[in-house]
Amino acid sequence: MSQANSPRAAGSQLPVASPSRRNRAPRHAMRWIGASLFGFWILVAIFGPMLAPHPVGALVGDDMFAGASAAFPLGTDYLGRDMLSRILTGARYTVGLALIAALLASSIGASLGILAALAPKWLDETVSRLNDALISIPSKMLALVMVSAFGASIPLLIITAVLSYAPGAFRISRSLAANLTTLEYVQVARTRGEGRLYIAWAELLPNMIHPVLADMGMRFVFIVLLLSGMSFLGLGVQPPIADLGSLVRENIGGLSEGALAVIAPAVAIGTLTIGANLLIDSLSASRGQQGD
Amino acid sequence: MRNPILRLLLGRLASGVLTLLIVSLVIFAITSLLPGDAAQQILGQFATPEQVAALRTQLGLDQPALLRYFNWLIGLVSGDLGQSVSNALPVSTLMAGRLPNSLILAGVTTAVSVPIALALGIISAMRRGGAIDRVLNVFTLSMVAVPEFLVATIAVLIFAVHLGWLPALSYVSSVENIGDFMRIYAMPVLTLCCVLIAQMARMTRAALIDQLDSPYIEMAQLKGVGPLRRVLRHALPNSLGPIANAVALSLSYLLGGVIIVETIFNYPGIASLMVDAVANRDLALVQACAMLFCSAYLVLVIAADLCAILSNPRLRT
Repeated sequence: MSQANSPRAAGSQLPVASPSRRNRAPRHAMRWIGASLFGFWILVAIFGPMLAPHPVGALVGDDMFAGASAAFPLGTDYLGRDMLSRILTGARYTVGLALIAALLASSIGASLGILAALAPKWLDETVSRLNDALISIPSKMLALVMVSAFGASIPLLIITAVLSYAPGAFRISRSLAANLTTLEYVQVARTRGEGRLYIAWAELLPNMIHPVLADMGMRFVFIVLLLSGMSFLGLGVQPPIADLGSLVRENIGGLSEGALAVIAPAVAIGTLTIGANLLIDSLSASRGQQGD
Repeated sequence: MRNPILRLLLGRLASGVLTLLIVSLVIFAITSLLPGDAAQQILGQFATPEQVAALRTQLGLDQPALLRYFNWLIGLVSGDLGQSVSNALPVSTLMAGRLPNSLILAGVTTAVSVPIALALGIISAMRRGGAIDRVLNVFTLSMVAVPEFLVATIAVLIFAVHLGWLPALSYVSSVENIGDFMRIYAMPVLTLCCVLIAQMARMTRAALIDQLDSPYIEMAQLKGVGPLRRVLRHALPNSLGPIANAVALSLSYLLGGVIIVETIFNYPGIASLMVDAVANRDLALVQACAMLFCSAYLVLVIAADLCAILSNPRLRT
């Protein structure tokens, strides 16, 4: 498929689609907002469980769905557990799982993509064809099918996220690498008799690392959305472990009374993904797009 | 001139069918080749080996996998989707009952979101770099990254809990007049629209700006054509293809979005049917729903592809 990319690939091009260079000042503001939101959640993922005022599973409050108070800054959940502690702990699963999955998806997708661009034509075409088929399974569909077959476990969720998002990384890095292979310095390296692995590592990768990293950032956002969506459906991370999506699910009964316990974890996910998205967009816009 | 285009269209369709075939193979492989036997699954761990064996024969699980795949594929094409294990009903009956609801939801969402998104995209392309564009940019950039259930919970809080205008759940059966219809569909549609509009507006803006940067627009500007006319009469007709492409691609977001939205609003559509099927491990139903969603997705992607090709002669290769 030539021009039209799948929505997921198109989604990862969203930051590309805003090439206005005139508004540098707001870009700066957006970068800082994005960086601080994203950095905040990274810190929470690392230190959160240590800072939690109460044990995650402890029934500390007398009320269910209590509002904010000095003892419970984010209120209590449907069993009377401290919401702040649960969010501080849950964020580690949301951020950690998505980071691992995004790293795996991007590195697997990108290395296969570069190698495909250097491979013989028939191999390249076959792999790309299969990849196109994988891309046309929407990520949530693949996740639902995987969970129905194997049940939801953390390794399975990571595998599912990688299977869903590696094909997009493959397609982008393959097309970046294919453009680079036509350039003189790669031709020279080939004529010199360098091996494919050397060309991939030393000639191609350094020249496409920025778009690949930006793409990985987008994949992180999508994977956070996928995994918390699955947890929200009750088909993701299983109790007693709870990520932010599970927290929204287990407290959904409090929605009709406007409980903080539903809003807080949902807002937490939103700030994480918005922060990451703003950061990636401002970084890739200021760098000027390479390739694509 | 007509012939090569026709050949191109047929080629795209053929490659779409091939892709769908690979997709069906992947879905079938995941759900039936790998461990976790459906018969064991249904009967639980206390079943005697004889019971399991009997059910396996009944479900046809004792046949070779490839044969099962072809039987399944023939069933799919001929409309025989198998039995739902948890409901003891034919899968096709279950799906036929839910499909119209999902189509209505998707249709209403499309009808609401496309005009708004196009307007926003055109406005921000015209005011590129201006205040409106910057605000819209931050807004749409944030919306595309927001989980549906955040939008949904905030919408429920505002419209159902605080204002009390709308019901928090959808009871489709109670629709009697247009007012009921609006009240029931307002929140699911609003939730879906938020993300959809943001995505579509961004892509529309990008497609239009691509045109606005080209020399003939500068030419029009130099000869004194006003900005509105420049966009509507000069740039817009030329970016119709890319915009149609953007619309089709954005609409495929709906396929993922409805899963969350139907669940949170308890809306009786095909996506919530599938979520229940996954929770019950009702594999025949999961397979059929997955194939339906994947086909719909492919149709949208191919439509987007065709729009791009037909509108740009350079891609007709």
